[in-house]
Amino acid sequence: MSAATLVLDRVDKIYNVGGARPVHAVRAMSLELSPGEIGALLGSSGCGKTSTLRMVAGFEEVTHGSIALAGRPIQAEPPARRNVAMAFEGYSLYPPLTVRDNIAFALKSQRIDAAQVERRVAEVAALLEIEDILGRHPSSLSGGQQQRAGLARALVRDAALHLLDEPMGQLEPRLRAVLRGRLKHYIKERGLTVVLVTHDQTEANALADRIAVMEDGELQQFATPATLRDRPANRFVGAFIGEPPMNLLPAEARAEGQGVVFDLSRDARLSYAPGEVTAPVRDVVLERGRVIIGVRPHAIRLSDAGFSARIVANQWIGDQSHVAASFSGGSVVVVQHERVAARSGERIGLAVEARDLHVFDADSGVAVAHGEAPA
Amino acid sequence: MQHQSTFERVLRGVLIALVLVFFMFPIVWILLMSFQTNEQILRIPPSLLFEPTLENYRALITGRLETHAGTLDIRFMQNLWNSLILSVFSVALALVLGVPAAYAFARFRFRLGEDIAFTLLSFRFAPPLLVLLPLTLYFQDLGLSDTYVGLVWVYQLICLPLILWIVRGYFEDMSPDIEHAYRTAGHGWLTTFRRISIPLTAPGIAAAGLLAFIFAWNNFIFALVLASADKQPVTVGALAFVTASGIQYGQIAAAIVLSITPTLALALYAQRYLVEGLSLGAVKG
Ligand SMILES: Nc1ncnc2c1ncn2[C@@H]1O[C@H](COP(=O)(O)OP(=O)(O)OP(=O)(O)O)[C@@H](O)[C@H]1O
Ligand SMILES: [Mg+2]
Repeated sequence: MSAATLVLDRVDKIYNVGGARPVHAVRAMSLELSPGEIGALLGSSGCGKTSTLRMVAGFEEVTHGSIALAGRPIQAEPPARRNVAMAFEGYSLYPPLTVRDNIAFALKSQRIDAAQVERRVAEVAALLEIEDILGRHPSSLSGGQQQRAGLARALVRDAALHLLDEPMGQLEPRLRAVLRGRLKHYIKERGLTVVLVTHDQTEANALADRIAVMEDGELQQFATPATLRDRPANRFVGAFIGEPPMNLLPAEARAEGQGVVFDLSRDARLSYAPGEVTAPVRDVVLERGRVIIGVRPHAIRLSDAGFSARIVANQWIGDQSHVAASFSGGSVVVVQHERVAARSGERIGLAVEARDLHVFDADSGVAVAHGEAPA
Repeated sequence: MQHQSTFERVLRGVLIALVLVFFMFPIVWILLMSFQTNEQILRIPPSLLFEPTLENYRALITGRLETHAGTLDIRFMQNLWNSLILSVFSVALALVLGVPAAYAFARFRFRLGEDIAFTLLSFRFAPPLLVLLPLTLYFQDLGLSDTYVGLVWVYQLICLPLILWIVRGYFEDMSPDIEHAYRTAGHGWLTTFRRISIPLTAPGIAAAGLLAFIFAWNNFIFALVLASADKQPVTVGALAFVTASGIQYGQIAAAIVLSITPTLALALYAQRYLVEGLSLGAVKG
């Protein structure tokens, strides 16, 4: 792959709100994006996603660290010279202009000829289903229409980097699902490099090549959707990615002959025979002793070989059973594709295969092992 | 409004008429007075029928006031001119200083920002005389007393806080992302300020400017203390109508009519911007 398009190097953002305690919105964020790549910033509200985008676009000063775009440090440049297009979270259309003129605005000031501007505006309007509102003024549009117009205005531009801040946050799920596919096609066809902010995992998974999971201003992991699912870097990412969330169970790991046993409580345990857990995993796990085991709800098997738990709730939601169960060491959620007949109050046996285990350090939460390999 | 009986409509018309008469009566009466002589005005009972005369206006414009005790020089036109100069330049200066300052207060958080803004506002509620007495001394030292420059400067105490606080609100209501979008499209900060921020808040700026103009125009105390005869605005100059031989009602009325004309004209002119401002506020997302 060629040199990175966007490089954030240990970027910090501290807001000094007069009088109050400074807000440390982004902490030592480092991240590289390759040309033509779609990166998503995913995280809960207030974790610093918008702040990061605004620093890249140049509306907020970088407190520490540096940002480079196409090999050029940009953190001291004004927004006008960064060659970045942005779609905003809130309303940002210029009220006196029609939607068409709003979209065409940047192209016109680049002196692109009228016919081409017309063609490109029509294209992006069709993509986002806003052809019928092109002649209207922003004030007469619904929130979702304004948002799509703002997105169109960013997408229509040629820029080194496109920043999309929750570009579909106001749209209803059906339209969002339709646009998602089209948007990805449009971006890939033109080879645009994109940073997308969202708190919708499905959207991030569908659109992004790599996802940056953020929490409280800190980057937790920047990886492909598959890696985030299979090899979460820490217990936060493990619990954050996936629906329903991963079960996290504190456990004590100890050797039993050549095998490994995880004691979940005094009478609940997961034991593995020598062949089941690989030697490297066995070594790192035993070295830790106190760990947290992460198991995705889909990976839990109903089997009398494991530990016993009492069903708290059992719901069949059309294509899968969601079972909530509690045992002496805590509670777990189990998802099964076959209908589970047992009812609340009954006991079931739960087991987890060694290759479905995620092991995290009990104190730091950092991943120790995933399935058959150490982290 | 469709389900309205005739009675309701008539009642509404009558009430509106009452309100109009209540507010307009003094102004109409003054307008009528300005076309009458002192004798006609003081006649009892007062009558709506009279022979209009332009004598009052002639006296004001030529500057010669005829009274029983003889003729008197008044400088009403000079006063009017002074009012115009003082108000126009004060508002212009306040706009030039206040609009960028309002923008800064709305967009940037800086140390002591709120305190500075509040201090500026507090000029509005300090008793003017308290400021004036020391100011007179300083102005004499600086050679600023009885100059247009000095008066325009002092008038900033009236105009600047008004403009600053009203326009700031308009800037705060405007989403900064509108500016940001324009800036990413390749425009500098100053261009964005001129081409996006100012036009979008123009109605607010017009309203603030009009208000500041009215306040400056109506100011009395600053000019009374700091200006001598040839720099006096109409508010102070009007004292001249109280003469040894009585009060010249006809001329006062004419003077009032002439002195509200500029403000009225400005208000009518600014009206479309004000209306535009209201509709802009109504549609904002
Ligand atoms: N201008 C500002 N001044 C002070 N604090 C700010 C400012 N902008 C953001 N913050 C704070 O910085 C933190 C991160 O905000 P940011 O807008 O980046 O979050 P976000 O991840 O985009 O959230 P959301 O998903 O809700 O949009 C928040 O705690 C927020 O309160
Ligand atoms: Mg945000």
